[in-house]
Amino acid sequence: MIEVSHLSRFYGDHRAVDDVSFTIASNTIVGFLGLNGAGKTTTLKVIAGLLPPSAGTVRVDGEDLASAPESFRKRIGFLPETPPLYIEQTVREFLRFVGRLRGMSSSSVETRLPSVMSRCQLDGREDWVIGQLSHGYRKRVGIAQAIIHQPNLVILDEPISGLDPVQIVEMRKVIRGLAEECTVLLSSHILTEIEHTCDRVVVLQQGKMVFEGTADELRGRTHSSDSPSVRIVVRGDGEEARSVMASVDGVTEAVLIEEVAPLATIWITQSREVSEDLAAAILGAGMGLRRIEGKGDELEDVFVSLTRGAARSASSGGAA
Amino acid sequence: MNAIILLAQRELKTYLNTAWGWTVMAGVLLVVGLLFNVFGLSERPRYSAEVLEDFFFYTSGTIIIAGLLLTMRLIAEERQTGTLVVLESAPISAAQVVAGKFLGAWGFLMCIVASTVYMPALIFINGKVSVAQMGVGYLGLALAGSAAISIGTFASAISRNQLLAAVLGGAMALLIVICWLLSGLTEAPLADILAYMAMWDKHFQPFMRGRLNTENVVYFGSLSFIFLLGATRALQARRWQ
Repeated sequence: MIEVSHLSRFYGDHRAVDDVSFTIASNTIVGFLGLNGAGKTTTLKVIAGLLPPSAGTVRVDGEDLASAPESFRKRIGFLPETPPLYIEQTVREFLRFVGRLRGMSSSSVETRLPSVMSRCQLDGREDWVIGQLSHGYRKRVGIAQAIIHQPNLVILDEPISGLDPVQIVEMRKVIRGLAEECTVLLSSHILTEIEHTCDRVVVLQQGKMVFEGTADELRGRTHSSDSPSVRIVVRGDGEEARSVMASVDGVTEAVLIEEVAPLATIWITQSREVSEDLAAAILGAGMGLRRIEGKGDELEDVFVSLTRGAARSASSGGAA
Repeated sequence: MNAIILLAQRELKTYLNTAWGWTVMAGVLLVVGLLFNVFGLSERPRYSAEVLEDFFFYTSGTIIIAGLLLTMRLIAEERQTGTLVVLESAPISAAQVVAGKFLGAWGFLMCIVASTVYMPALIFINGKVSVAQMGVGYLGLALAGSAAISIGTFASAISRNQLLAAVLGGAMALLIVICWLLSGLTEAPLADILAYMAMWDKHFQPFMRGRLNTENVVYFGSLSFIFLLGATRALQARRWQ
């Protein structure tokens, strides 16, 4: 059982996490969803015991960081977005080192290694030097180091970032398998990924928790989002495209939801049909129009509507 | 204790399995060997004790530089590559991390120091060497190496990258070494304090001559402890900032 109670975290005057509370049952996969800068990584680091909270508590099976730091850390496995690996070691050497560092005896590490290798689909790679592994395999070694000591809670920050489609499918299987032995907390800004992998979803907006529940419950919010919306994929600078579209008459809101150079995806809410005007404005601004989708994904619409306040203020502040 | 030994073993293996450790070792043997050839094996007749004293003189400087070069990567590299998270998320204290890393680096430096033994041993061929002077001299090298490793570990703990760690470590070590020069430019009581702090002039020279003095051993021990404590505090501060 993971209990997060009134958790806040400041960086100077900036409130990165604002009074977040939730409870997670054992062997559940929970996805943290939010735009960039929503406070996902900070929240995960506080829960992992890597950052002290400014206020509030985190308890893992009744233990909290302040009163029992060693016992607390033994119960947690953490994988940051970039896997922390000693690339000169072999997979086996690295996992042995991490297991021993987390208080396991040599014999218990040796007993545990085969099941961890199998769980993370690393069979046959035991004696490979980590520096020779692909990005996908490095992520798996990162997960292996997080679970080697049999923690109660595993925290994965953006576990699928940088993976190709085949690796994403394999990673989903690995993450689903983890729930058989522990609770999993992961972050992502990709909605479909959270929907495919997680039992529950927590949506963060500017450090505040704006939703907690299942993906189906999140989708249920679509009834409150009744403005017709379109998704537009353009070739060009995302922020410039967003401001061009926001200036079109009939557009009530334009949110930059993804930018992978040279393409940017903008989410538009409209008071009337504006597709033709948008196409003219984009082409007139010298950008390329790749796609206009009449209705965005239902879940995505809800997510954007939940987090658009954050996106709006970020855009007005000039941030991506 | 297990975590300290584990970390020390890992650091030692890293030096042995990468080019950097061997490069530093080769550099030390080359420099000390050349200096020994020029100054130690000269045609002019000299006392063996004098030759040995000279050997410890230039070896101490080389060992201090080697210590700083070995330690610049210790923590700064982990910070740069992101692997510090492995240590920070483990149920071990910052003091254990620093102690483990210190022992690993110091252990490798002692391997380098041990590999120079053949040079003073050569003096046995044509001269008489006091084994006590040799033993005390090597104890001095071990203590000076310990101080250099501690200063380097501290510099690495407070630096974002290895280059900065090397520059900072070098500056701090240089300052402690040239304290005797500064003491000549100031007046008491500052001059007395600076003269006492002078690592090489005040506290290493007796070791070169085979004189073992508790005060000097305590000085090097305290210097190492203070810098290791600083490194521990720096790591703790980062963990909790």
